[in-house]
Amino acid sequence: MPQLTFRKYLVLAGITVCATAGDSLLARGMKQLGNINVSLHNLSGLLLAILNPWVTAGILLLLAFFACYISALSWADLTYVLPATSLGYVLVALVARFGFHEEVSPTRWLGIALIAAGVGFVAAGPSLTPSRQHLHSHEASRDTISQEVKL
Amino acid sequence: MKDIYAWAAIGLIVLTSTTGDVLLSHAMKRVGDVGELWKRRGVLAVLGRVLRTPTFALGLMAMGIAFYSLLFGLSWGNLSLVVPASASLTFVANAVAARIFLHERVGRRRWIAALLVAGGVVLMAL
Repeated sequence: MPQLTFRKYLVLAGITVCATAGDSLLARGMKQLGNINVSLHNLSGLLLAILNPWVTAGILLLLAFFACYISALSWADLTYVLPATSLGYVLVALVARFGFHEEVSPTRWLGIALIAAGVGFVAAGPSLTPSRQHLHSHEASRDTISQEVKL
Repeated sequence: MKDIYAWAAIGLIVLTSTTGDVLLSHAMKRVGDVGELWKRRGVLAVLGRVLRTPTFALGLMAMGIAFYSLLFGLSWGNLSLVVPASASLTFVANAVAARIFLHERVGRRRWIAALLVAGGVVLMAL
């Protein structure tokens, strides 16, 4: 059991890191390409964006994020997984500030602090709602990290 | 002017990714613990079971739209506005949607978290 718990926390960490790094790489690529106008005859420009190496790397990381994300959703509530991963916004702000030298104002820092506090509240609670739906698959009910988290 | 476009993109991201999250969560709860399934029957069984779940494909489509909205949003707005604002608002929308559609027990902890994050989002938009 302890190994499983560790692995599950690793999956949650994977979501945070991959989503943050993926978003940052995508942003860098899109800034390089400049603004894209929303219009039907400019769809080719949007498709070409995928050829930019930063965008490609970002997409690969977001795919890794997706794999971690859906596996987490298989054993935890959506309302548990999402905030646990919203720690990534703090990382995004740090990357934006120190990586891309964007301005991050004091009020935004305060917002980041509130988000981090919210994450703490959810992470300390149970991870899965026991329900008929979950009990259907006995694997899901037998092994939830909520049982370990309560300890 | 750019801000209006950025917020329009954020609105679209919130709507589509909430839909996607709820559908994906529904699909994965039906699949069951993928770690257990992988250990007992291998990775192909996991892939097969995930891909054969109908709500998974629908969720994936919604996420795809959300992803392209994010690409637009990122080209118009600052990274430190678009990403946290859309993702945090999605979190609040998800708390409501998960309670209604997934029947998750959204207790006091999770509501407090929703309010904290919502407050954080407002501050970040100032």
